[in-house]
Amino acid sequence: MLDDFMTRAALAGIGVACAAAPLGSFVVWRRMAYFGDATAHAAILGVALSLALQISIFAGAVAVALAMALTVTLLTGRGYAMDTLLGVLAHSALAFGLVAVSFLSGIRIDLMAYLFGDILAVSRGDLAVIWVGAVLVVGLIGWRWSALLTSTLSPDLAHASGIDPRREQLILTLALAITVAVAIKVVGVLLIAAMLIIPAAAARPLSRTPEQMALIAAALGAVSAVAGLQSAYVLDTPAGPSIVCVAAIIFACTSALRGLRA
Amino acid sequence: MSLVSVQNMSVGYGATRVLHDVTLAIEPGEIVTIVGPNGSGKTTLLRALIGAVNIGSGRIDRATGLRIGYVPQKLHIDPTLPMTVSRFLRLPGGATRAQIAAALDRAGVPDLSDRQMSGLSGGQMQRILLARALIGQPNLLLLDEATQGLDQPGSAAFYRQIEEVRAATGCAVVMISHELHVVMSASDRVICLNGHVCCEGTPEIVSAAPEYQALFGTGTGGALALYRHDHDHSHDATCGHDHAHDHSHDDPATKAAE
Repeated sequence: MLDDFMTRAALAGIGVACAAAPLGSFVVWRRMAYFGDATAHAAILGVALSLALQISIFAGAVAVALAMALTVTLLTGRGYAMDTLLGVLAHSALAFGLVAVSFLSGIRIDLMAYLFGDILAVSRGDLAVIWVGAVLVVGLIGWRWSALLTSTLSPDLAHASGIDPRREQLILTLALAITVAVAIKVVGVLLIAAMLIIPAAAARPLSRTPEQMALIAAALGAVSAVAGLQSAYVLDTPAGPSIVCVAAIIFACTSALRGLRA
Repeated sequence: MSLVSVQNMSVGYGATRVLHDVTLAIEPGEIVTIVGPNGSGKTTLLRALIGAVNIGSGRIDRATGLRIGYVPQKLHIDPTLPMTVSRFLRLPGGATRAQIAAALDRAGVPDLSDRQMSGLSGGQMQRILLARALIGQPNLLLLDEATQGLDQPGSAAFYRQIEEVRAATGCAVVMISHELHVVMSASDRVICLNGHVCCEGTPEIVSAAPEYQALFGTGTGGALALYRHDHDHSHDATCGHDHAHDHSHDDPATKAAE
């Protein structure tokens, strides 16, 4: 079954959708959309470093994404607004990454594959990395679910219940770095934030509780992945962007539904 | 043993010193009110008690088995976060359906369980916040201007509920309030804060203290006297004061404490 590249691609897309759904919900609730974007952009520097050091792309991307996210968390509130800081760090990391890749003259790299993903070239090994990463992210968020929700509602309520919101923030940051690293192959660093935010945002009008929103987001993300791949096959369009397009259309539909109800 | 004891605590944000040399202790079952002008560090003190601010110096000792129920000034829930009232009440510890129904009943809002948190009115939100704080069966309840945004009957009912809860569960209550005449009369002890503890003691002692009168003037002392007067009356039928006068000051807030 895994011999078929379309099957592998669909499974990879579903894996990323499952990890992105609960995490993306938190990104939406905590208004971290730009934070997710910045972490993802920084990952291209990780890709360049991994190629230079000949280590696994996954490890390099996780390390740089994590370093980026931690730096932003530490620097926030020290004289710069969050969005300024993210703008500086994200685009610097992206630029340094692109420059670093150009120094790697010995290796031929298809940069486009990292910027926009190359889901049709997912190997069995990639698939294993994606699914292990997805299980890790879902496990991490599921384990801390109540504490994360309480911290998201109000850090003070969390403190009063004996929860340290900073620790929960770190857990989200770690989950974000892992998700970015596993999603590079599927949608590329430029569109990862779309996989995080669009299914979660599309699920919002259909949900009454946080749990429903995360589950519906996972379902919508998986549908986007499969339908996006199908349309890419039929219309001969790039796969990663096609997946995001389907997700965007679903978002438009659920938003219109809410408009009709209201 | 004290539930919480604070010794020589100082707290600052950057170069600003908010609290200094604060020493106080909260005993089981007492109702303590913290009063003080704006910027006197009341909220910071409460947040220090729950462990939400880093203290600069001094120490805070919490009794083992301390369960804190915290009611913030207000809670903004992002409209992107779907959250029913009953789901909110189950955060983070979890509660049974029966516990939730009982908590909503006690809070006087039995029909709200399926409503979205973001659609609640200010008064409903405060009641839900109190219901959630009580679900964990706290032995220390902390209220930060919990009646902000409530009208007078609403806040009177709110304080009445606090007293009922204290009577039923024996939990200690520490509250911040601007409604001096209400909280002063409902408290066992008042702490007057202005960066440090200016004075503390029973409501009578504090309202007569020069430090307190320097901060709030003597008018609030009058309000307290009115309350005591009213209260005496209910126990002493022979008093000969003017009832019309009493009704002209028929402040629901004073009833809260009865």
